[in-house]
Amino acid sequence: MFRADVRGLTLHRVEGHGGETERVETYRGTTVKMKLSEKVRLDIGVSDHFVEPTVRAILASAHTGSVGDGKVFVLPVEKVYRIRTGEEDQAAVTPVAQP
Amino acid sequence: MDRADTAWLLVATALVLLMTPALGFFYGGLVRSKNALNTMMMSVSALGFVGVAWALAGYALAFAPGGAFAGDLGRALLSGVGLEPQGSVPHLLFMAFQGTFAIITAALISGAIVERMRFGPYLAFLVLWSLAVYAPVAHWVWGGGFLAKLGALDFAGGTVVHINAGAAALVAAVVLGPRKDFARQAMLPHNVPFTLLGAGLLWFGWFGFNGGSALASNASAALAFVNTMFAPMATLVVWTLLDLRRTGRATAVGAATAIVVGLVAITPAAGYVSPLSAILLGGVAAFPSYFALLWRARTRLDDSLDVVAAHGLGGTVGALLTGVLAQKAWNGTADGLLFGNPRQLLVQALSVLAVAAYSGLATFGLLKLVGAVAPLRVGAREEGLGLDVTQHGEEAYTRGEGAILVLHPDESVEGLGLPETAPAEGGSG
Repeated sequence: MFRADVRGLTLHRVEGHGGETERVETYRGTTVKMKLSEKVRLDIGVSDHFVEPTVRAILASAHTGSVGDGKVFVLPVEKVYRIRTGEEDQAAVTPVAQP
Repeated sequence: MDRADTAWLLVATALVLLMTPALGFFYGGLVRSKNALNTMMMSVSALGFVGVAWALAGYALAFAPGGAFAGDLGRALLSGVGLEPQGSVPHLLFMAFQGTFAIITAALISGAIVERMRFGPYLAFLVLWSLAVYAPVAHWVWGGGFLAKLGALDFAGGTVVHINAGAAALVAAVVLGPRKDFARQAMLPHNVPFTLLGAGLLWFGWFGFNGGSALASNASAALAFVNTMFAPMATLVVWTLLDLRRTGRATAVGAATAIVVGLVAITPAAGYVSPLSAILLGGVAAFPSYFALLWRARTRLDDSLDVVAAHGLGGTVGALLTGVLAQKAWNGTADGLLFGNPRQLLVQALSVLAVAAYSGLATFGLLKLVGAVAPLRVGAREEGLGLDVTQHGEEAYTRGEGAILVLHPDESVEGLGLPETAPAEGGSG
């Protein structure tokens, strides 16, 4: 992401199921199938011309070729405010040079 | 009085005491996180409650001269237990060393009844059990009681500690009944590293348990010490191979269990068998416990942490094999079946049966007695919330989010697990 110049993102460690084979674990006489796997979920807000490079970066780095690699959803955003400056929309998601 | 013996027994006493918090880690890692503190407290509290009961009356019932069944109360309140020699060590130290055994034996039972027993009745049961079951059984075998007179061999407590606790655990699991989620939901160990840590510390402490049971700093202690090292190693090897054969994977919970099973099995034999016999004994002991664990999980018996399979069965295998593998050339006391003394095996079998029967019956009576005064089990809602919050008012892994400081807790409504209804006073000061 950072190599693709995407500098604003939020990462969540989540559990999910994406059709992958379930893990089997054994604890003494108890055998369990783990239906949920550890996943990461990224929330990224970008301006329009950054959408394509961002998605490409995710597709390239998250790809293993097996079931359960994950999905990318691209959604429209109604309104954005940057809390620090009060900037709106395009200006609010444009990175600023660090002082 | 021997200064070397005294020094070794001082160290051994501390080592055995460490085994009880270690057991807390072993058990604590195997339960769900909402019951972690309750499970560990079941061991930790034994240090206090059983320890004090031991000093006040337990030691007298176990080791005062008395009848075939129990000691008399001549040594109650530690009267006559001072600095004079008992064997080659101060009497007081002998009493303390034996006290650490009483503590861990009582704590072992808790593994069968975790995640569902109310804490108050548990403490009451623990104290009563240590006095009415542990102390007399210790007297039978070590205090000059009838099994000692028969010539039963129990170096460090295969029958007194492990079969005793195993039989009590079986009965306790039946009387308490299974957890509400048992065989309905997957209940996984919440911290396997804790369990491995506990197993490691148990092994370390067990050198004092078995090595110290020679009650001297001598060749017998060295034999017991070395056997305590090699028997669990053999169990670990066999257990790992069984795991690999069954699932293709060597499990960590299995390794921790194997160590404990090996330690349990060598306990009665530690100072009586050759090191090579110890390796054989440790390896053989893996089989019954391994398959009992698998079988138990498919039954309705919720011996939650498999005390019966690990301690009851491991102790039985150890006690019987002591009767087979004991070697006068190594212990100077008695031979087993393999060395021309088949009677020893019979005596061992008799002591196993006597201890298991008495422990089981007495445990049933004590639980019914405590249960008649107060309910033994928590309610279904409390069981769902977890015993840490409902029994102790604490959480093992609290995140502290949303916690508001109560400045005058005494004035607030008491009620475990209930929402706070008193007005928050945080802003007034």
